[in-house]
Amino acid sequence: MNNHVIKETMKPKIKAFRESIYLLTRNKLTAIALYIILLIVLVALFSPYIIPYPEHISDEANINNKFLPPSGKHFFGTDEIGRDIFSRVLYGTRVSITTGILSVGLAVLIGVPVGAIAGFIGGTIDEVTMRITDMFLSFPPLLLAIVLVSILGPSLNNAIIAIAVSWWPWYTRLVRGQAISLRERKFIQAAETIGTPKHKIILKHIIPNTISPVIVQASMDMGGVILTIASLSFLGLGAQPPTPEWGLMISISRKYFPDVWWYSIFPGLAIFVTVLAFNLLGDGVREILDPKTRKK
Amino acid sequence: MKTYIFKRILTGMIVLLGVITITFIMARVIPSDPAAKWVGPKATPEQIALAEKELGLDKPMPIQYANYLKELLKGDLGRSLRTKQPITKELALYIPATLELVLFGFVLAVLIGIPLGIYSAKKKDRLLDHISRFFSIGFVSLPAFWVALFLQLVFYKGLGLLPLGGRISIETTIFHRVPDVTGMLLVDSLITGNFAIFKDALIHIILPGITIALYPIGLVARMTRSALLEILNEDYIASIRSYGVSEGKVLWKFALKNTLGPTATVLTLSLGYTLVNTFLVETIFSWPGLGSYVATSVITLDYPAIIGVTIFSATCYVILNLIADLIIALDPRVRF
Repeated sequence: MNNHVIKETMKPKIKAFRESIYLLTRNKLTAIALYIILLIVLVALFSPYIIPYPEHISDEANINNKFLPPSGKHFFGTDEIGRDIFSRVLYGTRVSITTGILSVGLAVLIGVPVGAIAGFIGGTIDEVTMRITDMFLSFPPLLLAIVLVSILGPSLNNAIIAIAVSWWPWYTRLVRGQAISLRERKFIQAAETIGTPKHKIILKHIIPNTISPVIVQASMDMGGVILTIASLSFLGLGAQPPTPEWGLMISISRKYFPDVWWYSIFPGLAIFVTVLAFNLLGDGVREILDPKTRKK
Repeated sequence: MKTYIFKRILTGMIVLLGVITITFIMARVIPSDPAAKWVGPKATPEQIALAEKELGLDKPMPIQYANYLKELLKGDLGRSLRTKQPITKELALYIPATLELVLFGFVLAVLIGIPLGIYSAKKKDRLLDHISRFFSIGFVSLPAFWVALFLQLVFYKGLGLLPLGGRISIETTIFHRVPDVTGMLLVDSLITGNFAIFKDALIHIILPGITIALYPIGLVARMTRSALLEILNEDYIASIRSYGVSEGKVLWKFALKNTLGPTATVLTLSLGYTLVNTFLVETIFSWPGLGSYVATSVITLDYPAIIGVTIFSATCYVILNLIADLIIALDPRVRF
C-alpha cells in the first residue's frame, strides 16, 4: 500500500519537474542563466583539479612573477606575490558557492521551523514572531550583517552566520503563509482529530509541504547572498587572506589600482557573472510563477 | 485615512524600537568585552573595571537598556572606540556628503530609469526590451565597489576625463571660498551663486553618483515597465484607444499617470539600499561621507560607531518605508 501511494504521488511530481524545466528553458535568457549556473557548479566542484596553478591557492608563489599582465601563461595576470589570478578566481567559485549555500541553508534552517510554528499555532506566538521578523526586515540586510560581524569578529564563518541572521525572516514569512493555508486543509485537520501531537504535524506534514516554495526562494536568494559575502569580504569582514575570495581579492587589489587593473577587474567579473546568472534564473522562475505573465 | 497614517507611524516607531533593541542585544549579549576594548589592549584589570563603571556596564542588563534608550532620546549615540568622540557629532560631519550623493543618485534614477522603463514597455519583446531587461537585472547584480573601480579605470586612467576621487579639487578650494550652508556642495554653491565650485563639485560627483545610481535605475526601469504593461492591458485604455486617441496621447495622458504610484514606491525603497551601497563605494572615491566613516570603523572594529550608523540608517529606512506606504495610500483607488 505504501509503495503504491509513493508511486502515485511521485508521478505528478516528476511530470511537474519536467514541465518546470521546459518552462524555464523556454525563455532564452533564463536558459542561458541555467547553463551558466551548471558550469559554475561544475567549476566549483572540480576547481582543485582543473586550475593551472593549484599551489597558488595558499601563500606559496614565486615573487619574481609579481604583477605580470594577462598572457597565454597567466590568463588573468598575476598578483602582488606572483600568484596566478586565473587559478585563484576559478577556485573562488568554490568559496563563493559553498559559503552561499551554507548561508542560505542556515537561514532556511532557522526560518522554516519558526515560520511553520508561527503559522500553524497562530495566535500570540504568530503575532510576536511576525513583529520580530518586521524588526529584522527593517534593516538593510548588508547593514545588519556588518554590525553582527564587527561584534563577532571578522571571519568567513561569522559572515555566514551574519548573513543567515539577516536573511531568515524572509523564509519565516514565506513558510508562515503556507502553514496558515495548510492548517485549513483536510489532511492536517484529520491528523489533528486523531490526536497527532502538534510538533509531529509540523515536522511531518507542514514543513515537507512548504519545501518547494522554499527551494524556489532559496535559489532566487543565492545571487544576493553571494554579492553580500563578496561585499563583506571587500570591507575586510568576511574571508581573510590567503583565501581566494573574490571580494577580498578586489579589496587587496585596490592598493595597486589602477596600474595593476587586471587584479581588480577579473574577480569582479566573476562576481558579476555568478550573481547575474542566479538573478536571471530567479527572474525567470518568478515570471513562470506569476500568473499574469505565465499565459503568454 | 487619518487613522491609517497614525497607525502606520505608530508601527514605524515600534519597528524602530525593535531595531534599537536588536542592536543593543547584539552589542551587549554577544561576549565582546566592550570595556576592555574601550581602554585598549594594554590595560590593567583595575582600569577595565573602572571603564566598566564609567560606561555603566556594571549595572544589570534592563537598567543598561533603559539608560541606553534615555541617551538615545537625547540624541546621544555613545562614544566611538577609535576617536573617543561623541558619535552623534561625528555623524553630523559625515551625513551631508552622503546625503548629497544619495540624492544625486536618486535624480539619475528618475531621469534615466523612468524613460528606460517606458521605452521598454512600448517596444515589448523587441530586441531593445530584452537589452533593457538584461541591463536592469545586470545593474542589480553588479558589485558596486567593482563598478566604482571599473569607472575609474575607464574615465580616469583611460580617458582622463574625470577625477579619481574626492569631493572637490584642492586648486578650487584655494581660489574660491567653499560655502557651507547645508553641507551639500552642489546645493550650497548654487544658492550662493558660486559656479566655479558648482562645476568642480559636479565633475567630482559624476562617477560615484553613477555607481550608486545603477541599482535604482535598474529597479525603476523594471517597475515602470511592468506597471505600464499592466495598465496598457486595462479596459479603460482599450476604450480610449477605440475613440481613436493617438497612441502617444494614450501613453502620456492616460497610462503613465497610473504608473507613478508603484514607481515612486520602488524609488523610495531603493533609496535605503543606495544608502547602504555608499558604504562600499565611498572609500573608493575618497568621498568623505558615512560610507567612509563605516569603512574605517569596520577596520578598527569600532562597533559603537557602526551601531550609530546602523540606527541612523534604520531610521532613514523606516521613514522611507513610511513615505512609500503613504504614496500608496494617496492613490484614490486604495481603500481602507
